[in-house]
Amino acid sequence: MERKKILEVKGLKQYFGTASNPIKAVDDISFYVYEGETLGLVGESGCGKSTTGRSIIRLYDVTDGEILFNGENIASIKARKDLKKFNKDMQMIFQDPYASLNPRMTASEIIGEAFDIHGMYKDKKERREKVAELLEAVGLSRLHASRYAHEFSGGQRQRIGIARALSLDPSFIIADEPISALDVSIQAQVVNLLKQLQRERNLTYLFIAHDLSMVKYISDRIAVMYRGRIVELGPADEIYNEPKHPYTKSLLSAVPQPDPLSERKRQRIPYTHEEVDGDVIRKETSPGHFVFGTAQQLQNWGI
Amino acid sequence: MRPKLVEVKDLHIHFKTYAGIVQAVRGVSFELYEGETLAIVGESGSGKSVTSNALMKLIPQPPGIYAGGEILFNGRDLVPLNDKEMAKIRGNDIAMIFQDPMTSLNPTMKIGKQITEVMLQHNAASRSDAKARAVELLHQVGIPMPEKRYNQYPHELSGGMRQRVVIAIALAADPKLLIADEPTTALDVTIQAQILELMKDIQKKRNTSVIFITHDLGVVANVADRVAVMYAGQIVEYGTVNEIFYNPKHPYTWGLLGSMPDLNSSADDLLRTIPGSPPNLISPPKGDAFAPRNEHALAIDYEQEPPMFKVSETHYAKTWLLHPDAPKIPVPLAVQQRIDSYVQEGDDVWNAKKF
Repeated sequence: MERKKILEVKGLKQYFGTASNPIKAVDDISFYVYEGETLGLVGESGCGKSTTGRSIIRLYDVTDGEILFNGENIASIKARKDLKKFNKDMQMIFQDPYASLNPRMTASEIIGEAFDIHGMYKDKKERREKVAELLEAVGLSRLHASRYAHEFSGGQRQRIGIARALSLDPSFIIADEPISALDVSIQAQVVNLLKQLQRERNLTYLFIAHDLSMVKYISDRIAVMYRGRIVELGPADEIYNEPKHPYTKSLLSAVPQPDPLSERKRQRIPYTHEEVDGDVIRKETSPGHFVFGTAQQLQNWGI
Repeated sequence: MRPKLVEVKDLHIHFKTYAGIVQAVRGVSFELYEGETLAIVGESGSGKSVTSNALMKLIPQPPGIYAGGEILFNGRDLVPLNDKEMAKIRGNDIAMIFQDPMTSLNPTMKIGKQITEVMLQHNAASRSDAKARAVELLHQVGIPMPEKRYNQYPHELSGGMRQRVVIAIALAADPKLLIADEPTTALDVTIQAQILELMKDIQKKRNTSVIFITHDLGVVANVADRVAVMYAGQIVEYGTVNEIFYNPKHPYTWGLLGSMPDLNSSADDLLRTIPGSPPNLISPPKGDAFAPRNEHALAIDYEQEPPMFKVSETHYAKTWLLHPDAPKIPVPLAVQQRIDSYVQEGDDVWNAKKF
């Protein structure tokens, strides 16, 4: 049985700057996300991974390309009414739980704001009950509802960010570096929570991060981005165990492991940038594992 | 045995706040030998940065208070020194690399001047030599076209290049001790690997001692000779890097090791977490500060603070679980399995090099 593709991105381009001198943050990328899976998006800072996430959720007006969400092209939606409908189904968790929560709002106001916008409750009692349910779903207490953001620790704040993302019961969540601002022991708590919520609510995640160990751990499939393009995409285990693209190999060779013996022998593989001239083709090296490059490049890499 | 460069004895640092006195560092003792790297790991608020800033006497007073203890640098106690005396030591004997190269450089000052400033301040070079030495330093830290960079401003460089400039500034007066406070946290993994290689290379050439503050255990495994694990203002375990990673004794160290996935972790098992959050250091809990988060806590943990128990000549841990009468708690299975997967038959783990 063919798995359902909840999101399909086709030829997405996101340029900034002027038309004559555009900055190509995302340059013609295509991928899809299956329902219920986690797709990890990794790469160095400036590679366009966050821009990709923000374009998909329409925080930017995309330059070109299609974004099919449940079969409907959302890249071209203009009317506020239609956007609102789609916003209910796709939500975002942001990186910095200190900057993404309004310091002048209580937890209940932050989490319940979407209810107000979408008119999703009958009376105050129902709203209060819904907020309390969400707080408990993310491992906080309903007594926390009246507190302000500064009264929470970093990990708790990120839980509020997650509760806010869950408030409209979305099916698709874009998590943009949701744990990089947190401490190691707290990171594990939040990642476990994300996994548990995914199981309970059949959520689909687009997980954007630069911490490769964590991405490998949480993702079913991984897309590696470099300079605005996807260079390799495949099942998480394959990307890590048998990387094909030289950039992926270089990136993985730089990840330090908590193992002093192997660290002493670590050999980093450097990567030198290759200008792309010619058409980039997508080559499937094994089922579901794609490498991107020009015909000449692929030949050089022995693929 | 190499000569001792730094010896910190029972250091206490407090901060006066409106809410009360925060006991940020509560009796930290360690020593540092010439040419070695000591990594201090712990969560934010564990006191690792306060400890390292205290070595440089960078704790603002008020609100900071040096409430007790000694910091011996080459046998001389730094705690009673005044600002003028410290100015001779800062940059000259002890230099620091900060986390964020975007904010630790002066945006209005050319890179070259920021490096020569240190040399001229400490009369480490004459005005005419300073430029040549600065260019040489930029070259040493791997910055291409150093003559051109000398006359550029920080915004003209990438993050990784800026951090190299920060390292060049720290090395300008040839310090004996380098304190690196999360020097690679703001950088990408590939750049991080380059900077770590650079720091190790420089250390080897100059025999500099390094105190490396980080929360990334992968980085610790890469750079450290010895490791101190901090929790709630205290060192709870310290030992050689192999002892900490392959024979951890403190439940907090188990928690740290277990909460980080490695590239071999399977997505099926949940990460081990440390439940709860660190204690409020305005009124530190009685007994073992880690007890409320410790699934193996004993009754005595809530009564009396554990001493440092000796595991080996170089390995100590502050937990009652090491008391002869305590129940024998094995290392959690997930952590043990990971250790087993790392250590292969025939690896020389315990007699390996150094100290």
